[in-house]
Amino acid sequence: MARSVLLVDDEPNIVLSLEFLMRQAGYAVRVARDGDAALKAIEEEPPELVLLDVMMPKRDGFDVCQTVRANPAWKDVRIVLLTAKGRDIEREKGMALGADDYITKPFSTREVMQKLRQMLPPES
Amino acid sequence: MLIPSIILAAAFLYLCLLFAIAYWGDKRADAGRSLVANPYIYALSIAVYCTAWTFYGSVGRAAASGIDFLTIYLGPTLVFVLCWAVLRKILRISKANRITSIADFISARYGKTQVLGGLVTVIAVVGIVPYISLQLKAVSASFNVLIHYPQIVMPSAVSTVPLLQDTALYVALVLAIFSILFGTRHIDASEHHEGMVAAIAFESVVKLVAFLTVGVFVTFGLYGGFGDLFDKAMESADFARLLTATPSSTFGNWMTLMALSMAAIICLPRQWHVIVVENVDEKHIDKAAWLFPLYLLLINIFVLPIAVAGLMEFRGQQADADTFVLALPMLARQEGVALFAFIGGLSAATGMVIVETVALSTMLCNDLVMPVLLRLKWLRLTERKDLGRLLLGIRRGGIVFVVLLSYLYFRLIGESYALVTIGLVSFAAAAQFAPAIIGGIFWKTANRWGAFIGLGLGFLLWFYTLLLPSFVRSGWLDETLLTAGPWGLALLRPQALFGLAGLDPLSHALFWTMLVNIGAYVAVSLVTRQSAIERIQAASFVDVYRRAEAGQRFWRGTATVADLESLLVRFIGAARASQELAEYAARRNLNLGKMREADAELVQHAERLLAGAIGTASARVMVASVAKGETVSLDEVMAILDEASQIIEYSRRLEQKSQELEVASSELRAANVRLKELDRMKDDFISTVSHELRTPLTSIRSFSEILHDNPNIDPAQRSQFLGIIVKESERLTRLINQILDLAKMEAGRMDWQIERLELKEVVDDALAVTRGLFAERDIRLEVDIPAGLPKIEYDRDRLIQVIVNLLSNAVKFCDPVHGRVAIDAAVEGPGLEGGAVRVSVHDNGAGVALADRARLFERFQQIGNTMTDKPQGTGLGLAICRQIVERFGGRIWVDSEPGRGAVFSFLIPSSPAKAQAAQ
Amino acid sequence: MRQGLRGERLVALFILAWLAFHPPIVTLFGVSATVMGLPVLYLYLFAAWLCVIVLTGLVVGRGDAGGPDGPGETARGEREG
Repeated sequence: MARSVLLVDDEPNIVLSLEFLMRQAGYAVRVARDGDAALKAIEEEPPELVLLDVMMPKRDGFDVCQTVRANPAWKDVRIVLLTAKGRDIEREKGMALGADDYITKPFSTREVMQKLRQMLPPES
Repeated sequence: MLIPSIILAAAFLYLCLLFAIAYWGDKRADAGRSLVANPYIYALSIAVYCTAWTFYGSVGRAAASGIDFLTIYLGPTLVFVLCWAVLRKILRISKANRITSIADFISARYGKTQVLGGLVTVIAVVGIVPYISLQLKAVSASFNVLIHYPQIVMPSAVSTVPLLQDTALYVALVLAIFSILFGTRHIDASEHHEGMVAAIAFESVVKLVAFLTVGVFVTFGLYGGFGDLFDKAMESADFARLLTATPSSTFGNWMTLMALSMAAIICLPRQWHVIVVENVDEKHIDKAAWLFPLYLLLINIFVLPIAVAGLMEFRGQQADADTFVLALPMLARQEGVALFAFIGGLSAATGMVIVETVALSTMLCNDLVMPVLLRLKWLRLTERKDLGRLLLGIRRGGIVFVVLLSYLYFRLIGESYALVTIGLVSFAAAAQFAPAIIGGIFWKTANRWGAFIGLGLGFLLWFYTLLLPSFVRSGWLDETLLTAGPWGLALLRPQALFGLAGLDPLSHALFWTMLVNIGAYVAVSLVTRQSAIERIQAASFVDVYRRAEAGQRFWRGTATVADLESLLVRFIGAARASQELAEYAARRNLNLGKMREADAELVQHAERLLAGAIGTASARVMVASVAKGETVSLDEVMAILDEASQIIEYSRRLEQKSQELEVASSELRAANVRLKELDRMKDDFISTVSHELRTPLTSIRSFSEILHDNPNIDPAQRSQFLGIIVKESERLTRLINQILDLAKMEAGRMDWQIERLELKEVVDDALAVTRGLFAERDIRLEVDIPAGLPKIEYDRDRLIQVIVNLLSNAVKFCDPVHGRVAIDAAVEGPGLEGGAVRVSVHDNGAGVALADRARLFERFQQIGNTMTDKPQGTGLGLAICRQIVERFGGRIWVDSEPGRGAVFSFLIPSSPAKAQAAQ
Repeated sequence: MRQGLRGERLVALFILAWLAFHPPIVTLFGVSATVMGLPVLYLYLFAAWLCVIVLTGLVVGRGDAGGPDGPGETARGEREG
């Protein structure tokens, strides 16, 4: 069974590109366009990994991250934050909130996919 | 009946009664139920002004020169009218400084100068001794007249009696004992002698009643009332002259007597003592202001009738008018009235002698003897315990000294003068103090040298023009001194100095003494400088109402509490000292036991307490002896704090400055808050800009990499991805342009191409740019630009940019299904010069909530719509619009009814150049 | 202000009394006549004197409760400007 990834971003083009790449790599990808949708998707079926944009309207990525980490049932869900805010303080905040990794925009798709493969090797 | 033993017994009984009253008064005072703490006793005690001179001498003077005896009593009345301005101020000052005598007052005012106090004391003793001797003479004379009853023998006919048979000596000794017993019972920091005051008040009642009795008896007993008496007198031209003689012939003399009596009521040591030192409550002066003059009026009503009656009864006889008060009842065989008159005269004399000797001995002790003794280092006085006993001893000695000196004067000189003349010589001496006192409480510049030289010269001239002639009269000096002048120099004749003849001796003396006294006082004060302590004292005296207690906190030395206490113990006794200190501590909430160093206020307080016992000048020396370090080094302080008014001015300015500082610092705080806010906004801006830039960059990079890494991607997808790359590149370019535009505009570096524009053309151009957008989304557009709008001067491209921005915004946010956008324009504000043009863009979208309207025009403040979609646009469009519109004084705003669309409008003045000039 | 008023009244009274007790006003009454058996000068001086005393009492004391300087004055009696 394919490894499940939830991709959360409000920027349609970024979603489009990452979704394309992850499907190509053999992941089961679901997409959410904001924080609320992300939490709903996680409740329906917890993914193994969440690629989570930080700056989103309404509920932001930090909030989602915190909510996920607060629920012991989802302790195995790994979270990788995506952000366009490159400041160190944001990164530290994200890690403190329980994110597993942190990727700064603009990122290289190669780098993202490599990190994804390391954390969640797709089943061959 | 009137045999000597009875007379003596009556006098003795009277004096016993006086002792009893004084004793009772002191007992009541000790028990805390003061007998004298009321204005009536106070007013009566001031009536010590009426001495034997009044009692016997007024009649004598009236018999000689008519009505002008009244001047001696009208003068004090005038002064008491002014009590509010003068007496009350002196009282306030004296209480604040614990003044014990007139010498103390003057020395304290002029920098606590001991020499000045000493000079005042010398003048007072020399000047007043004749006056005391006058009282002794009056008692002695009246006794001698009375014992010859029923014969009427004038005192001048009585040969000089041997010393030991002289009643005056015994009277003097009894009075000295009385003064010692009730005037120096203990050293009191407040210097109140309640028993003595009670006795004096009683004496005032006795002498008034006695005189009125004689007057009533003469007027209504010997004659049939005023009318009868005066009618009979008017029959004789001589007596009529007395009753109607106006002072016109003796104009100068009248003025002189008024001036002297006005000065005397304050400056005589005994008057100072009862008015100032013995005063227990400042408010008592209010009642005394009319009670005391009333007393004077009453005691004078019968003076003229008695004088006239005496003259008529003793017509043709060699009668001494000074004895009429006694002689008339004796003539009528009224023994009781005569005896009562004698007692009245006795009371007038004794009251005066008692108070005067106490006042003089206090001055002698505090301002002459103690300062000298304290200076004699070999006496080691400053180390002695219990100086209180020494003080009492000095004062008692002083009383005996003054009384004996007066007796001596009486024996040697007194016989040659009438009562009134002696009294006036003393008045003239006391009047020398007036310039220094009155000047001292109203004129700050007056200084110690002015006072010293003025007093000294005045005293010398007084001695030369008044006292010396009295020595001549008594035969001590050769008559030629008066007639030819010393060494034959006519210009220096004591009673016609520098050829000033034609005045009576008294006016002559008053003129010269006051001329040199006031002249030197003013001139020297003006040309010499005050020391620091003089300035402090001057200010604290003159500004006494303003400064109250705070006057003297200029102490920089240090003294231990223990030293101060032991100093106080030595002068005022252990019980008083510890009581005073305990009261002080209780008032200030201090624990003196724990304080080692005395603070300035305590030092000041101790000095004031001491001043009550030994005078201000000596007190200062004593306190300085236990204080270490600088005692008074005040010049720097005083340079700033020259006058009380300046202090107030400074503190007012300080307050103002500190208020200004407060305002400035609160402005600074506000500015700081704004700066922080701006800094935060800048941070946010950079962070937002970087986010806005990174997002399209990320897309471009991602798709480029996908296309690069996947050459085999299907063509449809490839073209989709390439399209995204192109679009995102455009977005990036637009964003960068806008950021640059905004930055340039905010920094004021934008090039503005101002030209005259037809608004319709501009709107058309904008519509041409956006036509595609409307077509794409199928949105209906209504344009309503009326013809004939005024031309506007603006940058064409920028204006198009604004309208395009508003139109594309409207497209983005209008109803997605039945989209409708309208643009219209109108002239606004006809009152404005050249008018202004408003352009509005209406949409039928969701509208803008009230709270969001203002920040809509801030950078990156996009209002998310209800959909989860990220709002389109860069978030800079409206901010740029605002920059463009406001550049030349225009305005941009939004009106909206949520749910029914929004109206974005902007207003620009049609002539921005002028509008800009108006800014 | 009332304190000042009281001071001014007393100064005025002082000037009035000064004039009344000095030549030439005193001289005016130096005539050889009597009123009710009393010499005019004698009568004048004592009457003027009594007037001054009464006026002083009215201005200074509390006897002026009905006057404009009226009640409540003692409370303010402590200070002078």
